[in-house]
Amino acid sequence: MAQEVLAALAGNVWKVSVEVGDTVEEDDELFVVEALKMEIPVYSPCDGSVAEIRVKKGDKVEEDDVMAVID
Amino acid sequence: MGVFAMTPGMGVMWLISVTLMYLAIHKKYEPLLLLPIGFGILIANLPLTNLMDPGEGLIWRFYHYGIEWEIIPPVIFLGLGALTDFGPLLSQPRLIFLGAAAQAGVYITFFVATSVGFTLEEAATIGIIGGADGPTTIFLAAKLAPHLLGACAVAAYSYMALVPIIQPPIMRLLTTENERKIKMKKGRKISTREKVLFPVVATVVIILLVPASAPLISMFMLGNLFRESKVVERLTDTAQSSLMNIVTIFLGISIGATMSAENFLRQEVIFIFILGLVAFMIGTATGVILAKFMNLFTSDKINPLIGGAGVSAVPMAARVVQKMGMEADKKNHLLMFAMGPNIAGVIGTVIAAGIFLTLLG
Repeated sequence: MAQEVLAALAGNVWKVSVEVGDTVEEDDELFVVEALKMEIPVYSPCDGSVAEIRVKKGDKVEEDDVMAVID
Repeated sequence: MGVFAMTPGMGVMWLISVTLMYLAIHKKYEPLLLLPIGFGILIANLPLTNLMDPGEGLIWRFYHYGIEWEIIPPVIFLGLGALTDFGPLLSQPRLIFLGAAAQAGVYITFFVATSVGFTLEEAATIGIIGGADGPTTIFLAAKLAPHLLGACAVAAYSYMALVPIIQPPIMRLLTTENERKIKMKKGRKISTREKVLFPVVATVVIILLVPASAPLISMFMLGNLFRESKVVERLTDTAQSSLMNIVTIFLGISIGATMSAENFLRQEVIFIFILGLVAFMIGTATGVILAKFMNLFTSDKINPLIGGAGVSAVPMAARVVQKMGMEADKKNHLLMFAMGPNIAGVIGTVIAAGIFLTLLG
């Protein structure tokens, strides 16, 4: 089942740590978002593989934006 | 020759100056302020320079027209207003109370300081360090206790830099693992209209209640109105970057230069640093405790860590909260929630300063 990865808070995408097709486990780091000069990692909500990545480095994200989809 | 007019006290001040410059450059502790302050201390303690002679010295003029005339702190507040997003506070207005609770540190320390022999004016200035807000401390010190200005400003900026070291042990002591894991529910979305109206309404309400806070509050809210109106981006940009940088230079060097050996090397200064630290620690604790207290009456739980952000060190205190929340639970993001009390803390400290000014000024 596909699960969306949502941005927990607004900020800039600092790093994309995975690629489409990668196998990930729950709590693996997917992205690093920068907000208020803090680097905040975004972790995978579940086990699976990365089906889609919707942001790239430097993008602005708002709270609850879909950043990726995990299958 | 100046060499022969050196005093041992000046030598000690050189050491303090070099220490501050080292901390600024090497450890990056509030470098934008501690670097010019450190250099200001050095030049104020070179003999026979007349830099700080009233009426003629160069740095004295910066100090007189910038700080004594109350120009620089309000201009900094204009920039801070332009940098501030009231969104997190407006979406959960109850978090205002946490910013107010942290001001308890200011008042408790005020009473402690009077009881150890400081005058009321001096005690108020020392207490306000507990708000961990540099410009507000300077603003109040210049009016009530100018002879303590240097020491109080350095204490305030040092504690701001030390937020990540001072706060976590207190916050950990007062919370359980489970409380730190609490995930907070998101507040409602804030419309643009609300964000534009807020600075105008807040200005009227706060200044009607505490008129003495007007210089700082009015400039802060003007900066915020620039930001939220989105029609004067050039002014917003200037206020939050170039203008703020320019006045920071004159602020830093003037404060440093008030710290001559005869002014600074006194017993009271040690007390100021201790009392300022106590104020700051109490403020952190009361914020956390109030959050826990509020949880007794609500089903929509507050993570008590964010109470620690009620001291106004923006955004350092909010960052500490985010870090500690993530330590308890990797997916717990408290940063934006913590910005609520953090911003309320800034306003709260200004109001506390306004009340002191009304009563003692």
